[in-house]
Amino acid sequence: MIAYYFKLSLLSLRRNLLLTGLMIAAIGLGIGAAMTTITVNYLMSANPIPHKSEQLFYVQLDSWDPNQPYTEPNEPPDQVTWTEATNLTAAKQAKRQSAMATSNLVIEPERAEQKPFIASVRLAYSDFFPMFDVPFLYGSGWHDSADQDLRRVVVLSKKMNDELFGGEDSVGRNLVMAGTTFQVVGVLDSWELKPKFFDVTTGAFNEMEDVYIPFLLKQAMELPSSGNNNCWKPFEEGGFSAYLGSECINYQMWVELDSDAEKADYLSFLHSYVEEQKRLGRFPREQNNRLSDVMEWMENQEVVADDARMMMYMALMFLVVCLLNTVALLLAKFIGRTPEIALRRAVGASKRTLFLQHIIESAMLGVAGGILGLAIAWLGLQGVSGLYGEDTRGLAELDLTMAALAVVLAIVSTVLAGIYPTWRTCSVAPAGQLKTQ
Amino acid sequence: MSELGPIFRALMRNKVGALLLALQIAVTMTIMVNAIHMIENRSSLMARPSGLDEANQFYLSSTGYAQDFNEQLVVEEDLRLIRQLPGIVDATQINAIPLSGGGWSMGLSVEPGAESRGSGIAVYFVDNNGMNTLDVELIAGRNFSASEISYRGRNATEWPQNIIITEAAAKELFPDISVNEVVGKTVYINNDEPMTIIGIIDQLQAPWVGWSAVERVMLVPQRTLFGSSRYFIRTEPGQRDAMIKATEQLLLDRDVGRLIRNVRTMEETRDDSYRGHQALQTILWVIVTVLTIITALGIVGMVTFSVNRRRKQIGTRRALGATRWQIIRHFLVENALVTSCGLILGVGSSIALNIWLVDVFSLPRVGWHYLPIAMAVLLLVGQLAVLGPARRAAAISPALATRSA
Repeated sequence: MIAYYFKLSLLSLRRNLLLTGLMIAAIGLGIGAAMTTITVNYLMSANPIPHKSEQLFYVQLDSWDPNQPYTEPNEPPDQVTWTEATNLTAAKQAKRQSAMATSNLVIEPERAEQKPFIASVRLAYSDFFPMFDVPFLYGSGWHDSADQDLRRVVVLSKKMNDELFGGEDSVGRNLVMAGTTFQVVGVLDSWELKPKFFDVTTGAFNEMEDVYIPFLLKQAMELPSSGNNNCWKPFEEGGFSAYLGSECINYQMWVELDSDAEKADYLSFLHSYVEEQKRLGRFPREQNNRLSDVMEWMENQEVVADDARMMMYMALMFLVVCLLNTVALLLAKFIGRTPEIALRRAVGASKRTLFLQHIIESAMLGVAGGILGLAIAWLGLQGVSGLYGEDTRGLAELDLTMAALAVVLAIVSTVLAGIYPTWRTCSVAPAGQLKTQ
Repeated sequence: MSELGPIFRALMRNKVGALLLALQIAVTMTIMVNAIHMIENRSSLMARPSGLDEANQFYLSSTGYAQDFNEQLVVEEDLRLIRQLPGIVDATQINAIPLSGGGWSMGLSVEPGAESRGSGIAVYFVDNNGMNTLDVELIAGRNFSASEISYRGRNATEWPQNIIITEAAAKELFPDISVNEVVGKTVYINNDEPMTIIGIIDQLQAPWVGWSAVERVMLVPQRTLFGSSRYFIRTEPGQRDAMIKATEQLLLDRDVGRLIRNVRTMEETRDDSYRGHQALQTILWVIVTVLTIITALGIVGMVTFSVNRRRKQIGTRRALGATRWQIIRHFLVENALVTSCGLILGVGSSIALNIWLVDVFSLPRVGWHYLPIAMAVLLLVGQLAVLGPARRAAAISPALATRSA
């Protein structure tokens, strides 16, 4: 019987190709626009490290100006000072902890034909690698003794290893950076985080760094700062060490804590740490310490761009227009068919079968619209990445979940759109219609 | 207009159809008004002048890596050679590029002391050729002299005596006096370090286009020795691309152990900074256009149906003496009635959506003039969409009335 309804629906749809085309186009465009913007939002708000996002915490302490909060209303700064970065990591009060910084260093490749170039560098402690589940192709992260001993060791990204060493196992090889010889201890496998949650201070979707070195080398080698550097208090003359000892914030601090109890312990540790610093004349503001897990931190930093959200709402309203359009057209079409339905009712078709038949017809429109919508969403995402360029790397790709969602959304919404017109046509009394024939 | 009654009653026979169309028009209008409002809002942001001669400016970075790299000597010689190139108007070292997104800001206050709240201001370290290179106009006071230019090390904390600020910064710091009177005033940096304003320039934007204080800038007469220097270069009109090549070649030929990178024009920088705005505008235009087309086609479809259903009545009316124009007019008036209801609804929902957008995304209020414009456009689109099927209806032969079924 169902097959027969399919045939009937097809016949009905083919009877007025232009109109069928119009309805499919409307659904397709609506679904396409909605899916394009939903995909961008979905990828922006993705959890970059789902299996442990609830165990990783971003540390904030309020070391800011007594006269005004870092941001209204009384938000603590989004980074920490050098003093806190080194003290908190050295205290080892969490299961794992690492402060981080960024810098830019000149690399002088071994091979003579390669010119020196500048690489973006992330400075971190040894815990960085196990804490963020960093995948390794060769070697591993450095041992934690390398942090304190200021060993010149380096971990390279896969891309950087390809560039410098032709992709071979370079563990143990030497690399000259900032005029100093470093030893390669590890090479990462491909590693892309969207968003790059561990440091969103200069943008949540920036490229990953290609070079990783021990954090304390910043002090030892007086490495330049990169990223956002904010200061509220002028600092004394005294060169690099005066700068490091200042109240300037330029560092990100993460800890790994396995349970609520550990989190509570860590918060009380932070509290006593700040008390101690207050006795030294620092931290002029009220205690305002915060531990945010990965998704809380992404929310706090408003990683999903306002523009993306705004576009999504516009596109969803657009979909509403397309659906209203479809309901109106289906209604007009089904009403036009009332005499035929009345005839079928008179010769014995039940309301249920007629209902089923018309719903099938709507669903077929939905399937066609969904497929068209997928194609339009794909085009739309191409368009989005064309318009935004580099900014949308990896944010404008249609994935399987989204593709399935598009088709389901199309079918569900057209079936819903078809219900009223169907109900209306099926509920005519056959006698009244037959008389005028 | 005596036919309004019958048209209205005919309409009431398909209430839901009319309601759906009215709703569709209302939502279309809501999207249209708010999207165009956003587009306009972004355009006005992009239209703000930077104060630069953007078409003829470019910049590059020079980063030393050799152990014996003497930044001070290299920068002086580089700038001297660049300025000598035919086709170059002027060149300066600068720490940050306007509109580029990365730079340095400080707080300035008119009273000394940690308690006085400072006004944020963007800092550009330039030399005495800075104003000419940036192409900014002095409106009061004087430019830096060559002897005032000092060198600034990476960890320097002190500030030079004299500065030049923009008119916007002068008005922010000294709202009650004229620009000319600001010259010679003292302001404080780092709480209590005094600096004298020696000149006021008309306009120059900060590196951050999204900053509320984007017009507040100060020029500081220093050359930076940060290991990596930026040169900002202005060329004769039309010479930019040739001069980029010539300058790069000149610098590469000087073998002093440094890298030349990030060679970019001001136009590229502007495009990059406003790419998001530009993209949003394009996307919204596409949405509004496609939306209008869909609504129009939807109207065509619905009128076609309604004509097909009423063929016999139309034939009868024609047989009873109705002119073709009267038939067309029936559909035009019918559509105008439904569309008007939708538009009245649309005014309410457009304002409601705008209030929500203002609330959530701190967008500015929508200008009231968008409403009548959107209403007129949608009414016109509706009438044009009806015209095709209505003319086909008018072509129905009166003889149809005499046929049965």
